[in-house]
Amino acid sequence: MDTIQNSRKVISILVDNKPNTLARISSLVGRRNYNIETITASETHMPGVTLITLVVTDTDPDVLDQIVAHIEKLEPVREVHVMDSTGGLYRELLLLKVIVDKDARSSLVEIAEVYRAKIIDLSRSSMIIELTGEPSKLDGFMDLMSEYELVEVCRTGVTGMNRGM
Amino acid sequence: MLLSGAQIVMEELLAHGVDTVFGYPGGAALDLYDALYEYSDRINNVMTAHEQGASHAADGYARSGGKTGVVIATSGPGATNLVTGIATAWMDSTPLVAITANVASHLIGRDAFQEIYITGITMPITKHNFQVSDASEISDVIRDAFRIAHSGRKGPVLVDITKDATIAKVEYEPRKPMDLPAPLCIDASDAEKVAELINEAQRPLFYCGGGVIASDATDWIRRIAAKADIPVCHSMMGAGVMPHDDPLNLGMVGMHGTVAANRAADECDLLLAVGVRFPDRVALSPKKFAPKAKIVHIDADRSELNKNVKVDMAIRCDILQAMEMLHEGVAEASHPDWMAKLADWKAVCSRDCPVGDGLDPCSLIAKISELSGPDAIYVTDVGQHQMWAAQYVHHNEPKHFITSGGLGTMGFGYGAAIGAKLANPGKRVVHLTGDGSFHMNFNEGCTAAKYKLPIITVLFNNRVLGMVYQWQTQFYGGRYSATEPERLTDFPKLAEALGVKGYAASTLEEFEACYRKALEEEGPVWIDCAIDRHIRVLPMIPGGGTVEDMITE
Repeated sequence: MDTIQNSRKVISILVDNKPNTLARISSLVGRRNYNIETITASETHMPGVTLITLVVTDTDPDVLDQIVAHIEKLEPVREVHVMDSTGGLYRELLLLKVIVDKDARSSLVEIAEVYRAKIIDLSRSSMIIELTGEPSKLDGFMDLMSEYELVEVCRTGVTGMNRGM
Repeated sequence: MLLSGAQIVMEELLAHGVDTVFGYPGGAALDLYDALYEYSDRINNVMTAHEQGASHAADGYARSGGKTGVVIATSGPGATNLVTGIATAWMDSTPLVAITANVASHLIGRDAFQEIYITGITMPITKHNFQVSDASEISDVIRDAFRIAHSGRKGPVLVDITKDATIAKVEYEPRKPMDLPAPLCIDASDAEKVAELINEAQRPLFYCGGGVIASDATDWIRRIAAKADIPVCHSMMGAGVMPHDDPLNLGMVGMHGTVAANRAADECDLLLAVGVRFPDRVALSPKKFAPKAKIVHIDADRSELNKNVKVDMAIRCDILQAMEMLHEGVAEASHPDWMAKLADWKAVCSRDCPVGDGLDPCSLIAKISELSGPDAIYVTDVGQHQMWAAQYVHHNEPKHFITSGGLGTMGFGYGAAIGAKLANPGKRVVHLTGDGSFHMNFNEGCTAAKYKLPIITVLFNNRVLGMVYQWQTQFYGGRYSATEPERLTDFPKLAEALGVKGYAASTLEEFEACYRKALEEEGPVWIDCAIDRHIRVLPMIPGGGTVEDMITE
């Protein structure tokens, strides 16, 4: 079952796509001294409405309630909610460039297969792997990758959706 | 009709009932000021010496008059000079619309002359801000700005308009101001529960703050207090919630609050916290504040609930309407044992008196109160004089004590007094300040003189930065780092140079004579009062402490 780790909470925020909205939210989070791990913004099916997803590492219910209460007050914010830890689906995308030699190549291909990652670029000396999944799956993959010589890693941050209606 | 962006700003100001704005012109604001010139028969532009003074004036105007204050400044330094004023308004929830001009839109982002990203700078100190570069958006934005500033928990809004948008002509249709959202009513079952708690309590206590004043709920607090025999203490922002002589009035609570108010908070079994923030100057030790009480917190802003102090019942709603409902629900009661305890605590006098026959801040304020009449508005700066004013002024009505509570802005006073006087031309306005604060903003003397505003400034001049000095005495072994500036300023002469009447007093008799003359003046007066630098503000609970740590002598 896909679950976000207990040490993280996902806050989903629907906002009007007005200038500086992302800056307003990140400024607020910074000013109030909350710890955020990732922040993503994306268009939705509703014109002019953007979804912002915050992953916070502070899971104290009082602190979470404060974060939500402060975000709610921002003018462009339409809706804020803390997503279910278990009922939600969370995905993140990772791109990773790693140095490959003859020995490393086959083991990397194997790991990629196990994780259902895609190899999207391969050259004589490097490989780029794309992996999508739960943040914990990406963490596990990164743990294995620590044995290799990494050139670049980027993760998009989490986006999520509650199951059902 | 076809109007320029700047003219549309004026039309919208008029539509929102604005007849007075505070501000200062500049290059990017040329067209805004050109429009003000055209509308000068309907909008009075009060020009200050410095934009900061204008921002505090708009704030004082709003706090004392109840209307949204408006301040206008140019781009760059004009806009940044507003920042302290906007932050002051933000911390004390004053409705303020700040309008800044910016460079033309094709220059935005190019570090043009006097360009600054003021919407970025003011993001954390405004309820919302706007940057407008299209004249056709100005009308909507100004309407939104007034709606946001004055709804729910009030506060400042900034509107930044590029110069080209102030020049461009577009079609304008006058409209009525937007309806404010209906106040959020208290849940009937919540109101019932609170009334029940009140009816069951043996030692109830009201703790009221600026939210009570801002929502015009003072009368209902007074009526509930009288009906259910509940004593009332207040934060500094809540001064005026009770009449000074009311037996139920315990005065200010917190770091420099009264013995009675702090003892009551410590002993009460029900704390009714209304329109307050439980800040570190009141709930100095948040976990030990009102330790024996069930705490009910009622506020218009949900984010204040359980922020600093975890409460038993947190209710987000409109305070005025909630108090009206509560008044209905509470039973008539009396708490003679509780009142007897309170009377004992009220009898404890804790204040620092001068050695010898110098001016005593307490007697000075008593004299000012006596001579100024019951309806005077007091405006303060920040520091010891502010605390003495909060403690000793006979607060009787809301919106009559104008002070920078949250931000603690030295230099707030004179600008705010100018705003208060313009909002209340028929009332006596007294500006209480210290020599530290006054050095920051006395330049507005030229404004008070120019507009012939009969504001009396009483300068508590102890020649030190008294509050910091007091802390250095108490907690830093008398190491007076940078608090004894030894300035040579001759305030009466400085007053005269600015076109203000200046007096000096070193005894209460001299002061009374000066003050009586000042009351007759048609313009501003400063009275420089020599105060002993060793007089402390008492009582005092050190930061993080509890009532047990209170210093009373």
